Amino acid sequence: MTTNTAVPSPPAADAPALDVEGLCVDLSTPAGRVRAVDGVSFSVRRGRTLALLGESGCGKSMTALSVVGLLDPAADVTGGAVRVRGDDTLKMSPAQRRRLAGPVLSIVFQDALTALNPVQPVGRQIGEPFRIHRGLSRRQAHEKAIELMTRVGIPEPRQRARSYPHQFSGGMRQRLLIAMAVALDPDVLIADEPTTALDVTVQAQIMRLLRDLQDEREMALVLITHDLAVVAQRADDVVVMYAGTVVENGPVRDVFADPRHPYTRGLLDSVPEHAVRGRPLPAVPGSPPELSAVPTGCVFQDRCPLVRERCVQERPTLRTSGDGRSAACHFSEELARA
Amino acid sequence: MPESRMPENGTPESRATATPTRAATAADGAEESGPLLEVRGVTKTFGHGRRRLTALDGVDIRLGRGETLGLVGESGCGKSTLARVLLGLERPDAGTVRFDGTDPFALRGKDLLAWRRRVQMVFQDPFASLNARMSAADLIGEPWRTHRDVVPGAKAQDKRVRELLSLVGLRDSDAHRYPNEFSGGQRQRIGIARALALDPDLIVCDEPVSALDLSVQAQVLNVLSELRERLGVAYVFISHDLSVVRYIADRVTVMYLGKVIEHGETEDVFDHPRHPYTAALMSAAPVLDASHATGDREILLQGEVPSPFDIPSGCRFRTRCPRAEDLCATEAPPLVARETRDADDSHASSQAYSHTALCHFPLEAESAWA
Repeated sequence: MTTNTAVPSPPAADAPALDVEGLCVDLSTPAGRVRAVDGVSFSVRRGRTLALLGESGCGKSMTALSVVGLLDPAADVTGGAVRVRGDDTLKMSPAQRRRLAGPVLSIVFQDALTALNPVQPVGRQIGEPFRIHRGLSRRQAHEKAIELMTRVGIPEPRQRARSYPHQFSGGMRQRLLIAMAVALDPDVLIADEPTTALDVTVQAQIMRLLRDLQDEREMALVLITHDLAVVAQRADDVVVMYAGTVVENGPVRDVFADPRHPYTRGLLDSVPEHAVRGRPLPAVPGSPPELSAVPTGCVFQDRCPLVRERCVQERPTLRTSGDGRSAACHFSEELARA
Repeated sequence: MPESRMPENGTPESRATATPTRAATAADGAEESGPLLEVRGVTKTFGHGRRRLTALDGVDIRLGRGETLGLVGESGCGKSTLARVLLGLERPDAGTVRFDGTDPFALRGKDLLAWRRRVQMVFQDPFASLNARMSAADLIGEPWRTHRDVVPGAKAQDKRVRELLSLVGLRDSDAHRYPNEFSGGQRQRIGIARALALDPDLIVCDEPVSALDLSVQAQVLNVLSELRERLGVAYVFISHDLSVVRYIADRVTVMYLGKVIEHGETEDVFDHPRHPYTAALMSAAPVLDASHATGDREILLQGEVPSPFDIPSGCRFRTRCPRAEDLCATEAPPLVARETRDADDSHASSQAYSHTALCHFPLEAESAWA
């Protein structure tokens, strides 16, 4: 196909901007190799928002890092495909992948302070994509950086471009990271817990900014989060992950209204929002399994209220139903009735 | 509805007359007189000269026995400094702290030690707050090395450790395991058991579930509520997660830049916020109910919290307030109170239980904002 050109051409209007299929990631630990991501598939079109939802250690961030090619050296992608613009990035050379970083795929990290270079003025960091990918001069890149800083709502951008990351507040730093990520108009923006470290009112500002930028540039947004409320308000589709696997996916409205996996149901029930004070919250007992000790049958069997013999014997596969939803549970019909 | 306006900084006389019947309204109403904790006008600044930071500015809070007070606010609002004052770790520059009628900052020696036993703390980070080289039993029993008379004797201590473990939902066999063998939720249970070891009257919980995953967070919240039922311990519960506070707290205090800007019963504050900041905070927090389309009910605040080195004149929230007028820049806002209960309710007569907001233009209950 187009593997020789700098960047492949944009996809057809209805083709997914990002298509991940059967992604597997192994992690080397002192205790041996463990599977951190096990057969994860999803796809997202431009203008749509997909949420990867899960608790810590479920593999959602690892999935994101494999998509952009920033995995820790201790982790290897051992299977699957990550297609952007029709090409599998996992088969590309590092140089080819780097050409995609920025104009095609981009990522916003959770911790803006460690993601920014502490010894470089922010204007230079934001202008860097233009120098590397577009070959602009230092001065031109600086002007572009100021434009972007204005767009993401940094007050007095011309003066502030000369400041260093530590001179900004957490919310402003997150804006800077977002500016850098959208600099080259990517097809797909991955946001890994972009507001977790921020206060509620600032979180609302950042989510609004992301939405406006997404509308303006028709990006596909992959939102990685553990916050059910953020998913409910912000995403079109959701992929629920547990112990490295996808346990349920589908349109957010349908999944949250009528979950078909007991883990999704348990998560929704744990939210104190609708709980009555003084009455115990319906908590999911136990905690997620260690990656080195994921059960051979269903990954959720140790904590599941519906567990049977079959769940111990046989791992349920992600079964698709006609309505664009799927769930990996032997007994999802029972859950729907319960 | 009866409304009364009081000056923000009342004279000592007016303060005294405003609260004549407080003693009669303690939570249990029994022979125990007065609230468990009463903080009045506490101010704390750090630094000096032009680099003086005001962390707390005339903070009042009150807590009855066995009650839970939710403390809400964004970073830098002073909630953690207030927690440190309550624990006796920071001495306020002005104002009074009364714990069961006594001033902890006046205590020395044995009396101080005895007081410290009664106020304990649960920390946010269950990974950093436990010594990795001590077993669960050692961690839980460590406070007894300082407070020797609480549980004397190795046998009794051993027994008590087991009781505490089962109280927080851990097993006997967990006593000899080390922190790295526990999950985050289990570690937080150890932190809670350790706080309970001295049989305190008050536990200050600083973001106790923020570091935990949702499914585990619910378990820990259940442990905390159950302990309140069984042991009658009171909590000051600091959290940025409004849904957690709404679930656990009896009353809520909202802080902004070192000042209490709203206080009231949890339902009143959540359902009918009176201060524009509280309303914005409530609307900014994402909610699960997917039928709420984003945007319509959202009050998006401009900018960020101003620097505590340079607090705005008049009302400190005016720089971000959608309702601000000229008056807000020149005059400090009054404390506006509204009685929220029927007249025959025993709480209604007490100012402490009414719904107060520090604002020139508070929102009315019928406001479309809520």
